[in-house]
Amino acid sequence: MLELQNVSHKVGDEIYVDDVSLSLQRGELNILLGATLAGKTSLMRLMAGLDKPDSGTILFDGTSVLGVPVQKRNVAMVYQQFINYPTLTVFENIASPLRIAGKTRSEIRRRVNEVAELLQLAELLERTPETLSGGQQQRVALARALIKEADLVLLDEPLANLDYKLREELRAELPALFADMGAVLVYATTEPSEALVLGGNTACMYRGRVEQYGPTLELYRHPCGLKAARIFSDPPCNTASIICHAGQFAFPDSGRNIILPNVQPVDGEYILGVRPHHLSLQRNGTDDIELGGSVTVTELSGSESFVHFDFAGNPWVALLHGIKDFSTDTIVKFFIRPQHVLLFDAKQNLVSIPAPASGQ
Amino acid sequence: MKTANNKAWFMVLPVLLLVAINAIIPLMTVVNYSVQDTFGNNEFYWVGTEWFQEILKSERFHNALGRTLLFSTLILAIEIPLGIVIALAMPKRGPGVSICLVLMALPLLIPWNVVGTIWQVFGRVDIGLLGHGLASIGIDYNYTQDTLDAWLTLIIMDVWHWTSLVVLLCYSGLVAIPEVYYQAARIDGASRWAVFRYIQLPKIKRVLLIAVLLRFMDSFMIYTEPFVVTGGGPGNSTTFLSIDLVQMALGQFDLGPAAAMSLIYFLIILLLCWVFYTVMTSYDVDSSSGRSGGRQ
Repeated sequence: MLELQNVSHKVGDEIYVDDVSLSLQRGELNILLGATLAGKTSLMRLMAGLDKPDSGTILFDGTSVLGVPVQKRNVAMVYQQFINYPTLTVFENIASPLRIAGKTRSEIRRRVNEVAELLQLAELLERTPETLSGGQQQRVALARALIKEADLVLLDEPLANLDYKLREELRAELPALFADMGAVLVYATTEPSEALVLGGNTACMYRGRVEQYGPTLELYRHPCGLKAARIFSDPPCNTASIICHAGQFAFPDSGRNIILPNVQPVDGEYILGVRPHHLSLQRNGTDDIELGGSVTVTELSGSESFVHFDFAGNPWVALLHGIKDFSTDTIVKFFIRPQHVLLFDAKQNLVSIPAPASGQ
Repeated sequence: MKTANNKAWFMVLPVLLLVAINAIIPLMTVVNYSVQDTFGNNEFYWVGTEWFQEILKSERFHNALGRTLLFSTLILAIEIPLGIVIALAMPKRGPGVSICLVLMALPLLIPWNVVGTIWQVFGRVDIGLLGHGLASIGIDYNYTQDTLDAWLTLIIMDVWHWTSLVVLLCYSGLVAIPEVYYQAARIDGASRWAVFRYIQLPKIKRVLLIAVLLRFMDSFMIYTEPFVVTGGGPGNSTTFLSIDLVQMALGQFDLGPAAAMSLIYFLIILLLCWVFYTVMTSYDVDSSSGRSGGRQ
C-alpha cells in the first residue's frame, strides 16, 4: 500500500504538488486524471522517489520511503515517449532490469520469453527498438516494467503517443497485464473516457491538488465539486449561474424558472452543471428539464454532433448521437433527466443531485 | 514523351558554371599537369603515369604521408574522447550554459594563421609565456630544435583550437536527449557507465561521426599552423603532406609531380573518409537491412 500524507512539492515559486493525501492499495488500478500541468507527472515523480517532497510523508507498506533512493525502491515506470535502450535488442531491453538485479542466464531467458509471449513480442526479440512501430516500442517498454515485478508501477500517459486503434487495443490489455502482479498501479491520463474505460479508482487533479479520489464510476456520477466535474467530463461540463429565491430556482438573466425535483430549496446562489452528453433532443420523462438556446455552431464528427449553443448567456455544448446539423441561430430545445443535473453551491461544492420524481 | 523542355537547361546553367569554375576546371587543370612535363616556355610533353609512379615510390612522399597519418591519428585519439568528456561535464541548463558555450566557441573564431602566430610566440624560449616559463623552471623545451617539442606544440595547439568543435557537436547531441531517458535509467538503477554506453553514446553517434570526419579531414590537410609555427621543421620532422606539396609546387616549381601528388593526396582523403563513414554507420545497416521483417 502506498500512502501519501499531506505531500507538497514546489520548484522555485511554482507549486507542482499541493497538499496531496492519497492511499493506494496493491492490486488496484489507480488513475490520475487531469489536464496537462495538473501535476500528474510531478506526483508520479514523488511516488517514484525521483523528487523529494518539500513537506509531507510517503509510506510504502507502512514504512517511510523518503530516504530510500529510487533505484532501491523497486519501481517501474512507463512514459508517454517510447523509452528503450536504442542499441540493445528487444530481448536485451526486456532483460535489462533482470541483468541489473543479477539474475541467472537461464532465469532471464525464461522470464523474457514469458513476458514477450504475453505482449506479443516473441517474434521481435532480435530486433532493435528503432526498427519497430510505435505500438511495438511501447510494448517493449511495458514488458520492461512488467518483468521487473516492481512494487509500484507508474504509467505516465503510456498510450498518448499511439494512434487511435493501437490505443484502444493496448488499453483493453493493460489492466489485465498488471492485475496479477500485486503491485500498486498508477496510471496518468488526460482523457476522462480513458479513465472510464479503465475503471478502478480515480484521483481528479487540478493545479497540483487532488480534488477528489474514489471509485472511477462513483466519481463520475457524484463529483464533489465543480472542478472535479469539469475535469471528469469531455467536452467540459456546461455551467450556468442559478438563483434560488423563495423556493424557486431561476436563471438570473432570463428570469426563467426551472423545477428541480426532490431538491430542498434553500435561498441563495447556485451553479448548475450539465454534462454535454446528457442533453437530449427528446423528452425522456415527464419531469425532464428543458434547457434550450440558439445554436452558434455545429461540429460533426462521423457519428456524433457537437452542438454549441447559447444558454442564458453561457456558451454550452450538447453532444448528440447521429448527425444533427443545426444551422446557426436555430432555437433548439434540449431536455435532461433530473438525476443528471449537478447542483453546486457558490463555493463550487456539490449540493445535491435531483432525483427523478417517484415512479420514473 | 517528346515534350522535352529545353528551357530547363538555362535554369541549371548558373549552377553548372559555378561548379565548373570552382571545382571542375581547377581539378582538370591539375589532372592535365599531372600527366605532362614542361621545360618552361609553356611547352608541355606527355609523360603518362610517370609522375604518379615516381611519387608513389618516393621516400619523401612516404615519410610525409606517415607523419600526416600519425598526426591525424593522435589528433583524433585526443580530441574525440576529450571532446566527449567536456561535453558530458558541461551544464545542461542554467546560466552556466551560455558561459560555457561562449568559452567553447572562442578558439573556433580565431583564424588559422593567427592561431599559428599565437602559439609561435607563446612557445618561444626567449619571450614566449610558455617557452620562457618552462625554461625558467628548468624544463628543456625548444620547438625549433627538438622534434618531440615541435610535435607536442603542434598537437597541443590543434587540441586547443579544435576540441571545441567536438565539444559543441557532442553537446548538441546530448541536450537533444529527452530527460525521461535519464529518469528511466535512474529507476532501472543503471550505472553512470551504462547510461553513457547505452543511452548517450548511441544518441550522439551521428554527430560524433560528423565530428570524426571533420577532424580527420581538417587535421589530414593541416597546413597553415605548422607552416607558421615550425615551417615543417626542425629538419623535416613536421613536414606534413600539405607542406611538402606546397614546397614542391611553389618552392621548386615541379608542377607535374606536385599535381600528381595532389591527386594522390585527394584520393587518400576521399578513401579514408569513406572508410570512416562505412565503419561508423555499419551498425545501422546491420540493424535495418539484416533483419527478416524490416521496418513496419
